[in-house]
Amino acid sequence: MSKKVLLMGKSGSGKTSMRSIIFHNYVAKDTRRLGATIDVENSRVRFLGNLVLNLWDCGGQDMFMENYFASQREHIFRNVEVLIYVFDVESRDIEKDMHYYQDCLEAILVNSKNAKVFCLIHKMDLVQEEMRHRVFEARLNELNTRSEPVKITAFATSIWDESLYKAWSSIVHSLIPNVKLLESHLQNFATICEADEAVLFERTTFLVISHCTKMDNTDIHRFSKISNYIKLFKMSCSRAQAQFKSMEIRQADFAAFIDVLTANTYVMVIMSDLSIEPSATKMNISVARKHFEKLEVSHIAR
Amino acid sequence: MPQSLDDQYSLGDSIVDMGGGDGIDDPVQDNRPRILIMGLRRSGKSSIQKVVFHSMNANDTLFLESTNIIIKEDFQSFIDFHVWDFPGQLDFFDPTFDTNAIFGEYGALIFVIDAQDDYMEALTRLHDTVTRAYRVNPNLFFEVFIHKVDALSDEYKIETQRDIHQRTTDELADFGLEKVSLGFHLTSIYDRSIFEAFSKVIQKLIPQLPTLENLLNILCANSGIEKAFLFDINSKIYIATDSSPVDIQSYEICSEMIDVIFDISEIYSKRTSTRNDSGMSQSIKSAIQPTTDETASDASSLVRLHNDMVLYLKGVNRFLALVCLIPSDNLEKHGLIDYNFQCFKQAITDVFDLKRLSIERRLEEDIDDDDISI
Repeated sequence: MSKKVLLMGKSGSGKTSMRSIIFHNYVAKDTRRLGATIDVENSRVRFLGNLVLNLWDCGGQDMFMENYFASQREHIFRNVEVLIYVFDVESRDIEKDMHYYQDCLEAILVNSKNAKVFCLIHKMDLVQEEMRHRVFEARLNELNTRSEPVKITAFATSIWDESLYKAWSSIVHSLIPNVKLLESHLQNFATICEADEAVLFERTTFLVISHCTKMDNTDIHRFSKISNYIKLFKMSCSRAQAQFKSMEIRQADFAAFIDVLTANTYVMVIMSDLSIEPSATKMNISVARKHFEKLEVSHIAR
Repeated sequence: MPQSLDDQYSLGDSIVDMGGGDGIDDPVQDNRPRILIMGLRRSGKSSIQKVVFHSMNANDTLFLESTNIIIKEDFQSFIDFHVWDFPGQLDFFDPTFDTNAIFGEYGALIFVIDAQDDYMEALTRLHDTVTRAYRVNPNLFFEVFIHKVDALSDEYKIETQRDIHQRTTDELADFGLEKVSLGFHLTSIYDRSIFEAFSKVIQKLIPQLPTLENLLNILCANSGIEKAFLFDINSKIYIATDSSPVDIQSYEICSEMIDVIFDISEIYSKRTSTRNDSGMSQSIKSAIQPTTDETASDASSLVRLHNDMVLYLKGVNRFLALVCLIPSDNLEKHGLIDYNFQCFKQAITDVFDLKRLSIERRLEEDIDDDDISI
């Protein structure tokens, strides 16, 4: 099953950088080496095995933009499942950005009216920390009014922290067809394990697919943080010519297990009852493995 | 194959003794080693200090303001030491500054040179600093950090280091100061090199280093461990390792492991963690969290890698953690390795207790002496 994802925005706003980090294992600072995207770069990313994301990374220079809206209009904007529009928060010419954005929405409304629209206010790291929230709110308000009648979802992002993972997790989440089913099975699994929390990650990108929380945690950004931490750690493992396999953490008041679940997923289990032997949890994970594999296979058959 | 450490460590009393003997000359006074960070303005001194001791993200150092007074900080760890961050524009050889008070203490002077800039001016300043400081305190360790090398190519890095080394030693030789202990390090805050360099500096200041190395060697030999690092948790500086050669990659992966483990722990641990993520001073932090001892010392984590190696982390005390690389076959006798860890932990505690005891004893003697004189 292939889903078309359009990645648009002004030239230099960071589209290719974020795509490289999420899907091609780039480290944030390596994105400096990336050149400008010429015309459209297509990449197909296998996600969760049977779901293929067809990413259209559209170069944002004026010449190309005009082209998309004119001669390539239908080719570009047809059958779009998700439109991701990236705004550079430091952009000098906001009016022009908005103008292109609205043209884009117009084309989407005509050619694929069910597409979901995500706006990313990018390069937030350049704004001082105290100001970030206010800047984002202001932009969001403007975008909401400008996007009428389309409902948009907006995120403040930066490639230098976990906010990028939060945004992409929620984008990907909206694309997975059987996510409800996965969620309910994960729920069962967590109950059986007596876990505080169970989280399902995609294997290569480490984006959060689904989670189940039994015990409240104050940190609402924790999943995207963990995605970010683990991904960085995986990369440093491969720099040292070793591949990351699994992880076990035991502290005085909790234990965490991160392990492979299926060919396409990792699972993280958080336990606070330390009287439960670690091997029992590991056993539960390995038993669940078959079950979740079956779930994925049955989905392909459909 | 792993074997029990029982015998080795019970014989080990004599080994442990070595550490306490050669303490610092003047324990009654402020006996903390002092690390002075100096260099021209904008060479990156405060950034280094923030990244290493406050776990600040390297990218956030862009927002740091320039330092204009001497910042003195206590850093409480396995050994307590001071870090003094000097403003670059300050002429500390101004007669109003007390050079004796600044350079007189036991410690190390780190001179930071911006490698991306023309470094001639920095070199003049370095020579000046070294000659003056050496006159005051010939026991000071001088360390030159050739900093911001992340933007340089490998070839250029080596060339720069060679050039700086050559010029500095020539200059010092002209003044008849060949004997000054000078270390050169290529550093950058964007990778692990700054931690590695700091590790080397701190290791020079630890009198117990040979003992610690010895303990690690024994542990490695008997538990089938390939490489072991004793880390300071807060700064990710390694204070000792076994005597097999250090491979920068294994150091990096071990310190990344500490990062990821403590980052995740910070999220799920209900108690306040030992790590500080804000800019709060270390001493304040540890003052308000005296009970974290248990948290860190109970920590035990492992990461399995595909090449049949296991990274194993064990908390030693509030400040220290042991990180080992073990082939996964050797981990089968898990219980025995854990037991060996316990022995090791006890030995480490003994080493540091011994030093504290000797200081206390000398303090008591001093008081007794006073009594007599009265």
